[in-house]
Amino acid sequence: MKNKSLVSINDFSREEHIRILELAGAFEKNPKQRILEDYVVATLFFEPSTRTRLSFESAATRLGAKVIGFTDSSSSSVQKGESLRDTILTVSNYCDIIVMRHPKEGSSRFASEVATVPVINAGDGANQHPTQTLLDMYSIRKTQGSLDNLNIAFVGDLKYGRTVHSLVHALCNYNTTFHFVSPLELKLPSAVKMDIKERNLVYHQSTDLLEVIEKVDILYMTRIQKERFSDPLDYEKVKNAYVLHNSMLDFAKPNLKILHPLPRVNEITTDVDNNPKAYYFTQALNGVYVRQALLASILGVVD
Amino acid sequence: MEKEDLRKELKVSAIENGTVIDHIPSKSVFQVIKILNLTEYQNQLLIATNLDSQKMGKKGIIKVSNKFFKSDEINKIALVAPTATLIIIKNFEVIEKKKVEVPDYAENIVKCFNPNCITNNEEIVTKFTVIDKKELKLRCHYCEKITARNNIAFR
Repeated sequence: MKNKSLVSINDFSREEHIRILELAGAFEKNPKQRILEDYVVATLFFEPSTRTRLSFESAATRLGAKVIGFTDSSSSSVQKGESLRDTILTVSNYCDIIVMRHPKEGSSRFASEVATVPVINAGDGANQHPTQTLLDMYSIRKTQGSLDNLNIAFVGDLKYGRTVHSLVHALCNYNTTFHFVSPLELKLPSAVKMDIKERNLVYHQSTDLLEVIEKVDILYMTRIQKERFSDPLDYEKVKNAYVLHNSMLDFAKPNLKILHPLPRVNEITTDVDNNPKAYYFTQALNGVYVRQALLASILGVVD
Repeated sequence: MEKEDLRKELKVSAIENGTVIDHIPSKSVFQVIKILNLTEYQNQLLIATNLDSQKMGKKGIIKVSNKFFKSDEINKIALVAPTATLIIIKNFEVIEKKKVEVPDYAENIVKCFNPNCITNNEEIVTKFTVIDKKELKLRCHYCEKITARNNIAFR
């Protein structure tokens, strides 16, 4: 994976995904290794994303790398009208790897073609966010022992949620049985369902969260945003139907884990947080190990 | 060729050697010229549009003297002129007739329909993979969204 950019989850093969997850496991056991002391990581955040940026910066810093960059485009030369091409060409001179978040879809692919150093996509508009997908895969594999043959439920906004689309796509490699729970307005797009059908995998669609909980190994919750509804009344009707309470977990399988890409608003009530099935904060921690694995392998410090 | 068509076509004089691109939708004639880079062409170039056609109602025709296109070059026009037919002329004789085929790949011809795509916000050559030739569906190399027949636009 040395010098290979990661723009889309499909840029890496199934074997490469597994290799990253294994490396991440090694970093979890021993997170403070100063193997990137001679390296500079640039984090270019053309739009703010505190969580993702801090996770990358934590990963880089724990490996001893120096981190440079900006946290939103108002503090960069973009404000002066500089093109993305020029920014990337210039910053390529200052660093060994670029981590980039940008509001326009395809910006990261373009940057990877222009840059003279590898680029890791930390989110390009509504398109891709591959490191989120990898940390989700890591969390599933770690809690269930394997990625194969699991029952996985996705709950909430399945229409616009790019983390959902990308993870579904990746899980199609592992004989997953999918359960999609959402209001009718926010159903999974048919293009994503086509991917599942092409792999001859099974999926179920439902509007009822409770009936799905007891069937699954992973409950992947997402936030339903009011802005997604053309009629505010439609939002009011469904907003409470996709909220997870602790009492709903009584009949869940013992190995069930609850995941959420965060930030959470009210779709998981705080009484769930102390349930051992709640995994979303550990999931965020796993993001650091996965990003350590990516930085180290793309920079060629580990194989 | 039907008699009426022949009479109409002869409104544009015949060429001795070269390529005739017939049955171009009238509205696409100038796009075809642009895609084939004919604006700077130094040889004889005959262009007619809004000609009556039995098949199409109105059509355009372009005759390019002393030019024989490679198929990947000429197939680019299939995106704007899927009905186009090619006639290869040598010594005023028709040597070959064929239809254009939708290419596998389109570079800098199509505009991505996604307003939030980086190609609509920076100076970037657009690149698309044609994923469905019949329904004409193109996947943007950058934003990965699908531009389809109903929302296709040209650069």
